[in-house]
Amino acid sequence: MSRSLITGNRAAAWGARLANADYMPAFPITPQTEIIETLAAWNASGEARAKVVMLESEHSMLTAAGAAAATGVRVFTATSSQGLLYAMEMMYATAGWRAPYVMVNVSRGVASPVTLESDHNDVLAARDSGFLQIHCATCQEVLDAVLIAYRLGEDCRVRLPVLVNQDGFYLSFTREPVLIPEPEAVNRFLPAFDPMGIEFRASRPVSQAVAVLGGSPYSYFRYEMHLAAQAALTVFDEIAVEFRDQFGRDYPQVDASRCDDAQVVFFMTGALSTKARAAVDSLREAGRKVGLVRPRLYRPFPRDRLRTLMQGKHAVAVIDQNISLGKGGVLATELASALYGMEAAPLIVEFIGGLGGRDIPEEEFFEMATVAAQAAEAGQVPVPRLLFSAGELREVRKLQQIARTERGELRGAP
Amino acid sequence: MTSDAIRGMKDLPSAHLLGGGAGLCAGCGGMAVLHQIYDLLGPKTVFVNAAGCMTLLASYPFTPFRGGWLFTAMASAPAGAQGVRDALDILVSSGRLAAEEDMTVVVLAGDGSSYGMGLSATSAAIERGLDFIYLCYDNEGYGNTGQQTSAATPHGARTADSARGWSGAKKDLFAIWAAHRPAYCATVVGAEPLDLARKIEKAAKLKGPRLIHALAPCPPGWDFEAKEMVDIGRLAVSTGVWPLKEYENGRTLHTRIPRPRVPVDRYLQHQGRFAHLFAPGRQDAEIARIQSDVDAYWEGVVAG
Repeated sequence: MSRSLITGNRAAAWGARLANADYMPAFPITPQTEIIETLAAWNASGEARAKVVMLESEHSMLTAAGAAAATGVRVFTATSSQGLLYAMEMMYATAGWRAPYVMVNVSRGVASPVTLESDHNDVLAARDSGFLQIHCATCQEVLDAVLIAYRLGEDCRVRLPVLVNQDGFYLSFTREPVLIPEPEAVNRFLPAFDPMGIEFRASRPVSQAVAVLGGSPYSYFRYEMHLAAQAALTVFDEIAVEFRDQFGRDYPQVDASRCDDAQVVFFMTGALSTKARAAVDSLREAGRKVGLVRPRLYRPFPRDRLRTLMQGKHAVAVIDQNISLGKGGVLATELASALYGMEAAPLIVEFIGGLGGRDIPEEEFFEMATVAAQAAEAGQVPVPRLLFSAGELREVRKLQQIARTERGELRGAP
Repeated sequence: MTSDAIRGMKDLPSAHLLGGGAGLCAGCGGMAVLHQIYDLLGPKTVFVNAAGCMTLLASYPFTPFRGGWLFTAMASAPAGAQGVRDALDILVSSGRLAAEEDMTVVVLAGDGSSYGMGLSATSAAIERGLDFIYLCYDNEGYGNTGQQTSAATPHGARTADSARGWSGAKKDLFAIWAAHRPAYCATVVGAEPLDLARKIEKAAKLKGPRLIHALAPCPPGWDFEAKEMVDIGRLAVSTGVWPLKEYENGRTLHTRIPRPRVPVDRYLQHQGRFAHLFAPGRQDAEIARIQSDVDAYWEGVVAG
């Protein structure tokens, strides 16, 4: 085991390399490109033995990924944002093939307006696709999650593709100390790919991904996928134990930080949760009973674990780095449905923040904790809020003024 | 393939591989081609399918295929072929799969996918030199959804969305393929099984991207009786509307030059989709345009 200072992208590539992925269909997109460039370079130098093939789109990339997995090899791929949306048809389609593979998504806001920076609307759009989802908060977690994802997806009780999510820029381009496991240890944890009969062989004729006629077989096979996704909760717990035994790092379905006696907890996923964790420490120093709950596993949704963790809390401040336009934050909605009907359920206070790479500074965590505590005390849920400062608004107003002036000049107006 | 050379009809395979009972239309020109090609390629074939009429061939729990089949999507069957081919190569080269377990990868796509949504994926697969056969069954419209206009619809044909005849013209898919300098391209039609068999025999021996572009007379889409499918196919050839040709090593050769060419109205008259050109009044200008397009094509062939 060696300790290196590497980016989240390089950590993802190390995960794929250590997993002995055979096949890597690829397509470049910021901020993901470093992953496939790293893998292609290792392949060229002979450090890795995978076949890297550049496709002409993410839609084709995922078709090739699913088709190769359905032929019986271990597949890795990666994308981001618009690429994920462009590939979306094949996420749904290949998930139903029950030929597992792993895709890393480097989260980035989606157009319009187009941006390169991070939020979670891309990955949450894939929520219902049949891909399981693991959301990472550190570069170490990215590497480890890729290894766990192969075990999880390839388990005979699951057999679904797995998406490992990391935040663009905050993780993808940020170097952190990462322990890179020895290949022998990884091989003990992750055995060679077993297609379990889903493969093309001349001696074993099979028609895959065939049509069904009528709602009954369709309902049956779709619900079977749902049950398999739910079974992944138990399987994930088993794998987490094995992973801890092998590598000494603990990855429960949900990360809980200083929650035991907390009255208010933050609820969020991804890299900015590390800032929430630091804010929790500061809040504790100031005598506030605040904790952090961060689901690592997003699909399947860890409902039971969340209900246990939220028991007796006064309020949850949900920080959604996404926005379902016309509804609000996706995490808040999901958490509300998970806690519905629970006795003494905490109030859910919604915040939309961190869109398009916007930072969430510590004072905003303090403010959110205060708003959530006051809501619990008053027994009233405040309206959802966007984390957006008066200073930011002034900056945007300036940009708008410049845009108006520029447009006026182009049109020859005074 | 068992025989080294197909000289006559008696050399064509007598065993038929494709199972019966599939729910496709009677008299389907695409099925006629698929039958013939499958018999020649044999069961060690994986068909990678793009959304279209043929998608319903394998409907759970039945399949007419004795080898492999993978339905992908409308836009990306060649990328599916890439994944299957690459995975088989990885398995064979790493010793995880015996060489005799290897399979030929064939994209099976209609004109809707081949001329339109799937063209980007096709172009890229050819660029990458993918070792595959691409079988396009061309029924000149989005047949599965009721024959709307596609980029393969010929000038003047009535479709579900052009009641007075399509004002555009059929795109030259063969030329688009040939411009990529692939290993092989050929046009075929089920009504000419010997010509088809010779081309498949040649294609099967080559490596790299290979196009088999089949005209697929379509009884419901073109509006003719199912029993006329072979006659329509023959007329497509004898009128010069569907040139039988092949591309190899940078050159295109015609495998049949109809002399003299039958006037195109013989072909058009047999199909309801062109009926508006003949009744209530004969549309001489439109028919003449179609004839002159065909004549211009063949003048180019003679000149070349």
